[in-house]
Amino acid sequence: MIKVLDRIQAGEVLLSDGAMGTELQKRGLPTGACPEEFNVTHAEIVQSIYRDYYRAGSDIIETNTFGGTRSRLAIHGKENEVYRFNRRGAELAREVCPPGRFVAGSMGPTGEILEPLGTLSVAKAYDYFAEQAEALAEGGVDIIYVETMMAIEEAEIAVKAVKEKTGLPVVGSMTFNLTDGGVRTSMGVDAATMVGRLTAVGADLLGANCGTGVEVVLAAIEEMQPLSPLPFLAQPNAGIPQMTDHLIVYPETPQSFEQKIEQVLQFRIGILGGCCGTGPEHIIRLRTLLNKHHPVG
Amino acid sequence: MMNEKLKLLAICIERGKVDSQTSYPPDMQGQSGASELTRELLDEDVDPNDILAKALMVGMQRIGDKFGNGQAFIPDLLIAAKAMYAAMAHLKPYFDSGAARHKGTIILGTVAGDLHDIGKNLVRMVMEGDGWKVIDLGTNVSAEKFVDSVRSNPGSMVGLSALLTTTMLNMGPITQKVKELNAETKVFVGGAPLSQQFCDKIGADGYFPDPQSLVRHLNTKPN
Ligand code: B12
Repeated sequence: MIKVLDRIQAGEVLLSDGAMGTELQKRGLPTGACPEEFNVTHAEIVQSIYRDYYRAGSDIIETNTFGGTRSRLAIHGKENEVYRFNRRGAELAREVCPPGRFVAGSMGPTGEILEPLGTLSVAKAYDYFAEQAEALAEGGVDIIYVETMMAIEEAEIAVKAVKEKTGLPVVGSMTFNLTDGGVRTSMGVDAATMVGRLTAVGADLLGANCGTGVEVVLAAIEEMQPLSPLPFLAQPNAGIPQMTDHLIVYPETPQSFEQKIEQVLQFRIGILGGCCGTGPEHIIRLRTLLNKHHPVG
Repeated sequence: MMNEKLKLLAICIERGKVDSQTSYPPDMQGQSGASELTRELLDEDVDPNDILAKALMVGMQRIGDKFGNGQAFIPDLLIAAKAMYAAMAHLKPYFDSGAARHKGTIILGTVAGDLHDIGKNLVRMVMEGDGWKVIDLGTNVSAEKFVDSVRSNPGSMVGLSALLTTTMLNMGPITQKVKELNAETKVFVGGAPLSQQFCDKIGADGYFPDPQSLVRHLNTKPN
């Protein structure tokens, strides 16, 4: 079987999935509940989302493990479930993954701030990520996305932990904002810093995900491309979330999302997809778009 | 003179100048920081409420606005928060009433997913100062924790804080679960993105823009 990285390195643009969190909420996850716990308590719901994304045309779907580090699970009192929640999240995806498609293990930030500004030590952060990466690898993922990172040190530690503990291909992806001085993460990291430091620790792809919409992901990749020979991951949000009563809604419809994302394809994209606010409908659109750009066969 | 000092204190908060010992920010090395200026203002008999409103909150607002515009980043906010805490440590005794008997108990916390605790800690300081017992559950507090605390402290009120438009949504389910345990339990909410309208929608008992107005409400309310 051809490995995921081989296909990307051969120049193919692989289609990833859309959001997990918003889809889980639509299908019954109560506000404030632990999404990763659904991997063991509501396997059928998690699997229905995986299946819908494969059906919509995703080559790669992400496991429901974004908040699966010990520190994030501790918010829900589930810090001792790291292994079970992550491994099961990966196995559920493996079970429904059609031949020739892939499973990506999702790893998000710890939610803590590293020393000296915060209280998290480098060693502890490494352990958090190593533990999660190992469980995902055992569950059978093909690649790991370290995503939505804002602190460069934390992103570095995560990429390093994945590489050292699993040897799997790894994406290092951060969330940027548009500022007058170019793209920056909330912690102040610019594109050059990110490219330099994540490449040095062995990232196979660099990426921009989440954020305020397609524009900022486009700007980030435009800044990164001249600085690196690596392929990129682009997974923007469906715009800036707006509050209506109790609901958070995302303004980009599948149509407007498709139109904007077409511009992203002028860059060296290896993985394309969506983040918060995007669903199977958006992915169907992107499949059509990709087929147009890169006709199969 | 006093006004100059208040202005300087606001700058120390905005720039994260904690005290004269800290080497950050480099261009303010050796100068008095938030800690010393607050001490001096108090010694000059400036009203602690004025120090809070005219200096500390002003500096915090400025760095918050810069952050909102992409001119400052989280590390800047964290350092500003450190300076704020250094100042608040001097204010604390002035808000402390020393009353032996409590007027009542409030269980206070920042809701799940939210780590902002400066506002909540101010609420705590002011309420303790006014003679209330405060059970502080900290930040990132789940509905379960609030409910457990209400269960073990019958007759208490609950105060919820949230600073993010995303985490304020967690206030609804928390209020609901507290009320399920005991419909009589009063739930008060606060935090910059909130409004009375939002409070009504989630079925809480009152929104207050600052702890002073909550205290005023509690003190005038017939019990
Ligand atoms: C300091 C700060 C931080 C610090 C917090 C440090 C700490 N220990 O608290 C750090 C760096 C950790 C932080 C992180 C983030 N922050 Co922040 N932060 C701020 C900042 C600058 C100040 C908040 C503050 O302390 N204000 C001073 C206190 C005294 O005011 P207050 O909290 O409103 O409380 C008063 C009243 O509201 C009231 N009150 C509060 N609670 C209650 C409760 C009751 C019961 C009552 C009666 C009254 C009451 O009483 C207080 C005194 O009057 C604000 C901007 C601003 N100016 O508000 C952004 C801000 C709140 N943060 C913001 C964001 C986006 C974030 C992050 C998501 C950034 C990121 N991308 O990671 C993270 C979220 C982390 C998390 N999960 O919580 C946004 C929120 C946007 C939104 N609408 O949702 C803001 C508005 C900045 C901006 N302009 O974009 N932040």
